[in-house]
Amino acid sequence: MKLNYYGVRAIYKFEMARTRRTLMQSIIAPVISTSLYFIVFGSAIGSRMTQMEGISYGAFIVPGLIMLSLLTQSISNASFGIYFPKFSGTIYEILSAPISPLEIVMGYVGAAASKSIILGLIILATATFFVPLQIDHPLWMLFYLVITSITFSMIGFIIGVWADGFEKLQVVPLLIITPLTFLGGSFYSISVLPPFWQKVALLNPVVYLISGFRWSFYGIEDVSLWVSLGMTMSFLAISIAVVIWIFRTGYRLKK
Amino acid sequence: MTNILSISHLHKTYQSGFEALKDINLEISKGEIFALLGQNGAGKTTLISIICGIVSPSSGRVLVDGKDIIGDYREARELIGLVPQELSTDSFETVWNTVTFSRGLYGKPSKPAFIEKILKDLSLWDKRHSKIMTLSGGMKRRVMIAKALSHEPSILFLDEPTAGVDVSLRKDMWNLVKILKDNGTTVILTTHYIEEAEEMADRIGIIRSGELIMVDNKLALMNKLGKKELTLQLQSPLQSLPKELDLPSLSLSEDKYELTYRFDSKDEDIDIAQLLQKITSLGIIFKDLNTKQSSLEEIFVNLVNSKADTHEA
Repeated sequence: MKLNYYGVRAIYKFEMARTRRTLMQSIIAPVISTSLYFIVFGSAIGSRMTQMEGISYGAFIVPGLIMLSLLTQSISNASFGIYFPKFSGTIYEILSAPISPLEIVMGYVGAAASKSIILGLIILATATFFVPLQIDHPLWMLFYLVITSITFSMIGFIIGVWADGFEKLQVVPLLIITPLTFLGGSFYSISVLPPFWQKVALLNPVVYLISGFRWSFYGIEDVSLWVSLGMTMSFLAISIAVVIWIFRTGYRLKK
Repeated sequence: MTNILSISHLHKTYQSGFEALKDINLEISKGEIFALLGQNGAGKTTLISIICGIVSPSSGRVLVDGKDIIGDYREARELIGLVPQELSTDSFETVWNTVTFSRGLYGKPSKPAFIEKILKDLSLWDKRHSKIMTLSGGMKRRVMIAKALSHEPSILFLDEPTAGVDVSLRKDMWNLVKILKDNGTTVILTTHYIEEAEEMADRIGIIRSGELIMVDNKLALMNKLGKKELTLQLQSPLQSLPKELDLPSLSLSEDKYELTYRFDSKDEDIDIAQLLQKITSLGIIFKDLNTKQSSLEEIFVNLVNSKADTHEA
């Protein structure tokens, strides 16, 4: 299969250059806001709280907070990346270039996921200054970091194609992802919930992501690792299917 | 001459039900400059957008140098450069980066010397490190041309290239098109500045309400459809036309000082010398005369209006 390597690289470099231009917004702001959580919940309030499943509270919330940044930033980066050319009209160049849908996605989603992975690793490194951290399964941790970044960058790409205004770009990360992450076990283990709410919590897809990710740190889980892994891969498969449908039908890209 | 573009039975109906193109058939030869004329909304941009892959056709086939724009879209699109009508640019990027980006997007390895040449040819070299948002409208238009040429296309589409640009840039643009033609690039431009087509095109197509109503060589078109006008300035007013001069195409002006004779330039039966002799023999003295051939613009307006009348009838 012929691959337009230079085309993918051009989109990837273009998007990464945009990150460098907006370093404050893309990297520094999320790192600072997540660090505030570490300071407040980890060092300040956390020291007065009991341990959660044998882990100090400050350390317990690290995987959930990294996941929160990963999900919101992946969606923001990828959705803005494809929405802005639509808004400015430069999308004509992408649509008329000899580049396949897969390659377009590789460029945009690859760049958005790269930014999120870099961001996740910076937040992880920052966390070590505030809380005692251990990573029992570093390869699994990296795997979750990469897969989640790709999946949610893909979802961001879909939102960017769907959105017909800047407001819609913000709706999903702020009104859906953030609440789901807060209620998905970022700050607590869902086992502390009453039985009924534990069952309700299992309807929240973010529970599976945080559970698997936290397992890679401390070996503790809200749901079995394999269920978590299966759900994570299912989200990826669904995102891929929607992206394929978008390019097959030209949804909101072609007239 | 080999065809670089071949369009057959192309139709486009938008989701709204608007039929933008109706059974378009067109062949374009390698190296020619083809101007597509039409009023706003006639279908020019839709046609270009389909060829370039931005709009999906409803039916029909388009081949670019024998490559199908859908089945062999990579090979077909590699040959095409597009300068769209709207000034759509990456405002925060520099000129150099955006042109380099376009070359990469079209699957070509970086070639700084070539990008440098394009920027110099388009008088953009001094602005290479400037952000696009700081450039004037004319400069942005040049940047878009540089982007379209960055991957060395064989066929360049210019959609209303001089809309809203000043006279000097328009002349620069025309010169650029001539240079491209000399280098063997096929240029297809849409315009409603007839002067532009008259200046540059080898062949002209006229599109009206999604139908290609005429395609012909520019000179042949002007010859075939052009009208000539002979005007005589009379020494003294003529009260009425003598019956010997009672020809349907001869008219006397309201001030009675001007005789005008209109005729088809292709009509070989017309003998101007004989007419002038007859006028002189009737004692009508004229102090001056001039002739005028109708411009492409007049031909275009006549053609579009006559077709409109036919449709309305």
